[in-house]
Parts: sequence; C-alpha cells; structure tokens
Amino acid sequence: MNPRSQTARARSDLGTRESEAARDDRSPARPDGFAKASGSLAYADDARLEGMLFGATLRSPHPHARIRSAHWRPERAPAGAIGLLARDLTGPNGVQLLDDAWPILAGDGVHHVGEAVGLAAATSPEAAQAALAAFEIEYEPLPARTTPAEALPSDVFTELEILHGDVAHGFTQAAHIVEGTWRTARQEHVYIECQSMTAWIDTDDTLVVQGSMQCPYYVQNALSHALKRPAQRVRVVATPPGGGFGGKEDYPSLLALHVALLALATRHPVRISYDRHEDMLATSKRHPSEVHHRSGVDSDGRLTAMDVDILLDAGAYRTLSPVVLSRAVLHATGAYRCPNVRIRGRAVRTHTLPNGAFRGFGAPQVLFAVERQMDRIARAVGIDPLEIRLRNVLEPGDELPTGQVLDDSTSARLCLERVERETDFRRRWREHERQRSTISGDANGSRKGVGISLYLHGSGFTGNGEKRLASTVRARLRSDGRIELQTASVDMGQGSCIVLPMVAADACGLHVDDFVVAEPDTSRVPDSGPTVASRTSMIVAGEVALAAQEICGQIVDAWGKRIDSAEEARLEAGELLAGSRSEAFRQVARCHYLEYGASEVTRVHTPPAWQEFDEESYRGVAYPTYAFGADVAEVEVDPDTLQVRPLAVTAVCEVGRVLHPVLCRGQIEGGTLQAVGWALMEEAQCREGHLVNDRLATYLLPTVQDCPEIQVVLLEHPWNGVGTGAKGVGELPMNGAAPAVVAAIENATGLAIAELPATPERLLVELERQGLADRTQPS
Amino acid sequence: MSIEFLLNGERIEVEAPPMSRLLDVLRRELGLTGTKEGCGEGECGACTVLLEDVPVLSCLLPLVQCEGRRVDTIEGLARSEAGPLIERLVSLGGVQCGACTPGIVVATCALLRQTENPTRAQVAQALAGNLCRCTGYEGIHRAIQALAEP
Repeated sequence: MNPRSQTARARSDLGTRESEAARDDRSPARPDGFAKASGSLAYADDARLEGMLFGATLRSPHPHARIRSAHWRPERAPAGAIGLLARDLTGPNGVQLLDDAWPILAGDGVHHVGEAVGLAAATSPEAAQAALAAFEIEYEPLPARTTPAEALPSDVFTELEILHGDVAHGFTQAAHIVEGTWRTARQEHVYIECQSMTAWIDTDDTLVVQGSMQCPYYVQNALSHALKRPAQRVRVVATPPGGGFGGKEDYPSLLALHVALLALATRHPVRISYDRHEDMLATSKRHPSEVHHRSGVDSDGRLTAMDVDILLDAGAYRTLSPVVLSRAVLHATGAYRCPNVRIRGRAVRTHTLPNGAFRGFGAPQVLFAVERQMDRIARAVGIDPLEIRLRNVLEPGDELPTGQVLDDSTSARLCLERVERETDFRRRWREHERQRSTISGDANGSRKGVGISLYLHGSGFTGNGEKRLASTVRARLRSDGRIELQTASVDMGQGSCIVLPMVAADACGLHVDDFVVAEPDTSRVPDSGPTVASRTSMIVAGEVALAAQEICGQIVDAWGKRIDSAEEARLEAGELLAGSRSEAFRQVARCHYLEYGASEVTRVHTPPAWQEFDEESYRGVAYPTYAFGADVAEVEVDPDTLQVRPLAVTAVCEVGRVLHPVLCRGQIEGGTLQAVGWALMEEAQCREGHLVNDRLATYLLPTVQDCPEIQVVLLEHPWNGVGTGAKGVGELPMNGAAPAVVAAIENATGLAIAELPATPERLLVELERQGLADRTQPS
Repeated sequence: MSIEFLLNGERIEVEAPPMSRLLDVLRRELGLTGTKEGCGEGECGACTVLLEDVPVLSCLLPLVQCEGRRVDTIEGLARSEAGPLIERLVSLGGVQCGACTPGIVVATCALLRQTENPTRAQVAQALAGNLCRCTGYEGIHRAIQALAEP
C-alpha cells in the first residue's frame, strides 16, 4: 500500500490536537513506581546470592600496546582467587554485535586505555581487586592515534554516501554559499545505576546471566556465540535498569561474558558491579563528531544544495558505529527540503574507548550541525532564524535525500508555528539582536538571548532493521484470568510497564490491571527485539495489543457459544456482553483457562510492504515515520564570567498518538535536559587516549540548579502506518535543545560557538577571536 | 567493634570496622538496599540518609559517626512520612528509572521537616546534591509543589 494514501485516510478522521497531560485517566500510575521510590525494588546489585564470588577486571593502562607476555601468579593473589586471561578462552574471543571483532579480553595487544585484559574472582569485591595484583603483564607501548584527524585517511571503519539530485548544479543556482564546521563532544551516559551483572550455572547446566541491560537477546546471542553454547542453555534475565539511555545496549554483552567466564571457571555465582570510576573508564560514550556543511541558497533563502561531510570517532572497535553512522547520514539535512544533496559519512578508528549507542544514536550530532548551519545561512541571507526554517521546512509530499516521499503525518511546520505562538520567539530574538548592537551588556548586568531549533527523529530501526528483526511478542492467559504480555522490552524508566498494558487494554476493552507484564527473561519471553531506537511504544506495543486482542477474541467466542445468545458477544470495559446477558471478563477468563488451558498467541511484526530500503544505494523508506519537534531556548550570559545559565526551554513535540501523557512528557523533559547538559557542560575529555575526567567530581552534568524550566507541548497527529499510531519519543528531544541553547548564546552575545560544549572557556576563545569586546562598546 | 545507633526508630547494634562506610553496612550487613550507590564519592546523592534529621551521604559517612545517633533511611521514611510524597512522585512523572529516587525522597523529607510548602528555588537548593538523569527534574518539582494542594 502506498503510505501516503493510507495516512491520508487516517488523517481525515483524526486531525491534529493537543494532548493535555493533566488528564489523569490517560496517565495511570506506573506499577513499579512505589517499589522504586520506597527502595524495595531489587536492581542488579541489590540481592546477594548464596556462595557468590565477586569479579574484578584488569585494564589496559595504554592506548595502544603489544602484550609481550601475560601471566597469572596465584601465589600473589588472596587464597582461593582465580584469574583468567585471553588464552583461557575456549571459544571465539569476540563479542557478537554486528560482527565479533570486539575482544572479550585483549590477547596480543590493547587498543584503548581501560580495555579488559584479565579477570579475577574472589570472595569479596575487595579481595577481587587485590587479586588483580597477581596478574603480570608486559606491554610494549606502540604509537597511538587518538583523534580522528590522525586516523584519516586510512583507518575508516565504515563509509556511507547519499546522493540526491545534482549538487554541482544546485550550487550554480545559489545566491549565497555558506560553509560551517560543527563539532560535538564525547558524552557519558551517567545512568545512576552503574553496570552490574551476575552469572551462575543452574543445576541443569543452564548458564544464567542476570543484570542491568536493555537488550536481553543481544546478551544471549553474545554468550551463545562466544561460549559455544546453544541458546536454550543460556538464560538471560534483565533486572530493572537504573537508567540506560543506550549505555546498556552494547556494553552489557561484554560484561555478561566476563561474569559468565568466571562463573564457568569457578562453578560459583559471580557478580561484577562497576563503581562509577570504572564504569566511566570502561563503557561506551556518545561519538564525538565533526560535521562540515557547504550549503547553497537562493536570494530568498531557499536551499538549492547541501553538501554534508560527517566524521564520527568510533573508538578502538567497530561495535555499533556503522548503525550510528547510518542514522547520522539519514538525519544530516534535518527537517529541511533540498533538491540537491550529497551526504558523506565516515566512522574512523582511534585508540580510544569504543563509542556506542546513546539516546539519539548519531542524530543529535548532525542535527546540532544542520541547525547551527541554518542560523548561519539566515544571517547571510538577512532573515531571522524562524523565517529561514519556515521557508525550507519539510512538508507532506516532500522528498528526503533517500527519495522517501513524506506522508501527511509530517508536522514540522506545525511544531514551528506552535513554538512561535508559545514563546513569541521572533519578536524577542529581534529585540535581543537590536540591544546587542546598541548597548554594552555589562552596564545592566547579564545578557539574555533566545534560540530556536527544528528537528526530527526517524521512528524505529533504520532501513530494513525491523524486517531482519522479525520482532516476536506473545500474550498468554493466566490461571487468574489475567493476560500476561510477554516481550523482551526492558523498562529502564520510560514506562513500558504501564504503556504495554494500556495499549492492550484499549485494544481489548479491558482494564490496565487485567494485564501483567512478564519479566524480560529469555526463558519465558520471545525475542521482541532490543529496547532501543524509540521502538517499544510504536512497534512492540502494537503487536502486543493485537496478540491480546486475539486471546480475548477466543474467550469471547467461547463464551458466546456457551451462553448460546442470538446476539453477538462482545467485550466492553471489562464486561462480556451479549444482548441482555453480561458477565465479568476476569471470571469468564478463569473458567476459560480451566477448560482450555493457558491459551497463548504469538505475533511476529512484519513491516508494511512500502517500507522498502536499499542498503546499498541508501534509497527508499529509511523509517516508516518521523517524529518532529521545535524548541525555543532562553539563556542568560554573565558578561564577566561568560557563564551561561539556561533559563527556559519550550519543546513542542509531535509524536503521533500520545499513549501516556505524563510519561511522554517525562521523556521529553529528561531528554531535553540531557541535551542542555551536552550543550553547555558535558564532555568526557580524552587526552592522548586517557580519559581525563573519569569521575562525577570532574565530569559535570546538570543538577537541579543548572536546569532550565522545561515547558513541553505535546501535539498529537495520529498516524496509522505501523503499530499503535505512536511515533518514537524517547530519542527525539535529545536532538533539539543543544542547537537552540547555542543559538540563544549567539543571540545574547554575538558569539557563535561551533563546538560543544559551549563552556565559558570556549566562549572566551571566541570572544577574543571575534574581538567582540571592542565592537560592543557604545559608539 | 560494635556500634550502636537508632536506625529507622529501632535501636540496633552492628559489629563492623568503625571506618566502614555506612552505605556498605546498610546494604551488605543490614540488607537495606533502598539506599543506592551512584558514585561512591559524594557527588550524586543516591545514597542520601538522614543523620539526626540532616541529609548526609552514606558513601562518605564512617559507621563510627553514627554511634548513639538517629539514622533514617528510605525504608523507614517510606513507611512513615514519605507516603504522600512518593505517591505524587509516581503519579506526576517524578520517577523514571528510580535509581536516584530513594535519595531524592530522603532529601525532600528533610526539606519538608523544615519548610512545609517549599518554593521551586528552595527545592532546587535542597536537592542540589541529588543527580537525576531521567526526569529533567520537572516531574520532581511538580510532585513537591503538588504536596501543597489538597
């Protein structure tokens, strides 16, 4: 089916409306909330097992070195401790993700500081740390390439290109050609719960690994591959993650292998819980980026050509970088229409920590670049930032650089118009511009400014990802008459524990508490895919609703036959109804269970046929739909210290159907603050391959006192293409606030910061470069 | 060495080295795992407990300093005064992953003992030592402000 005709039909009877978070009936309390807030919910490191040992990891002190020799000297270790090196592995020494090139333990050499070289286990965490002294490793340091510039041109992991129209011709049509290079920093996730994993061997020789993770089946797959165990003999259980944000997508597979190897070697349960320092030293971060834009616009400011070159620092191993890069190239031109586009993306190898998944997954970097580029173009053309966006904004029917034709759910203009109405951006922006050119700021104290951004995020897996995944869910009737929803989705705070039952209840005509969400345990739930890519509420929940509906259908049919009513039986608000007959669903479902047993329905997600993407040419439908947003940020800059205070961010987001207004709003508020942190202060600094600020005393992130007032406006623009009609929401807000905040700094001070984070130091450098101190004196 | 103190209203005696971190004693010896370790160096607030009504970081507090004093943890507060706060945090978006939440609840209880209807600025002051990575703090503000409403 043609996506446009389908969504056009959906639009006609629904239309866009605003969602009000205050409507409590649409936001039932999350069932895990009390247990979390009262401290009774067990996270990965909370329950201790009988006879459990503790593991510790020996890590490379060098960014690049050959390992000349490696030994475990048991006589130097606490009694009973054991040590493992790469040579003790019996299977392939690789963590299976896209490939298995990421070593479980370094063998011949190390390629980044913090790389795991040896594992020890002992009876307490302290004894395990002490046991690390029993390793004797002789390194031969080698030259290290620790920046992308040093890695080029030879050390490229992945290169992608998108070509659309005729770029050379586009530049000949341009009245202005604008160039810009935009850089962003390595960002640390700082989930509050550090990584933790426990492994043991069950009596039936099943390996059980339990811990904090987003993707139980990724972990199972990695264990099965490296340990050469059939998947049925590897059981993976996800405990509720105390935060993830992508940081528990790839790394838990490595940590699971570490604890599993120790458990297999000792035949004891083994736990490794990182402290914050080790977590920061060892785990993946957001890719640092450098994005070069060359853009052509006509005299009205309409884009004629965009040439974008993206460079991501992948770190020492490929891990997830090819897919992060893929999302980056697919979002590189932002929410703008341009007939002639060339996008090149490269992910390069450096001798630094492998970078991986982090909320937004390559999109925040390129959105920062394109948004700041649009502001620069607006200045060249002589129009304001809102106007340049309105003139180029994607509309339904427009083509993306992949050739995908956008459907009627394309709401970028609505977001822009709404954020203008909400904030009076244009008038305020002009006023600050005028004030800046006429008065010096320090007489009246600090300077204020506002900035705007427009952004989008492709919902679900990129390209053919969903097709390959064949996400599987199951609904199963329980003996108590409730329906268990079985998926591998992990609730890391986003609220799938309530959203899945809500969607199912809505589809079936039941109440939320008629459903139970199964614990993500690979021995009990099917592989519904990883908890990533903002896909749970859209895709997994959609399939869950259909599976639950099918079970209810069976129960309704059986009841209808039993009561032999002339009228058709149906289910409404927890009651079975047929003519004048009615009976409570739960009661009937219990009887159904006794008679027919635990009925279950399994469903496999099949993306619609129109979701075709050619991974060679990068043509086609990369995402079934896009969520859109527009932010306005207001900042205050101290003219003496150049300290930036974010005062307010207004985020207008269109995310399809809003399933749970309170949680949806929470996603946008939280993602917005992560973006503000990335814009102003967060940077995991790497010097010659060594992480400089590897603890929370030195890696700064926003506290409640650094937080702007965040106002969220949710626009609902239902879309019927896939699943529940919700678009992905988790990652969207990460794309918007950083460019808006940096634009606001420019509006306040005239300082255009091209590299995140916009710290006072960078502002000072820019101030000196622009000689602005002289120019702002009253004339 | 044996240390005696009042924990969540009950007198207890713990046999442990005097310089043990209170956090480890709570979690490992007493099984009170509601108090979380987020950083181990006093930066994140996940391990906040009350010592004589004052919020302190149990990752920095040697056990010996508790001798003869009153300590309240999330487990005790959740059973008593924190009930209405927890209910609002849950319903208004103040809880996502939950790892920081016990610390936030404890620190807020200390604030509420001092100030019945705190302003947004007072809340920000009181929670300045508690990092939350999920909520953007807005849901937490909403919940605390809602306590003043009937």
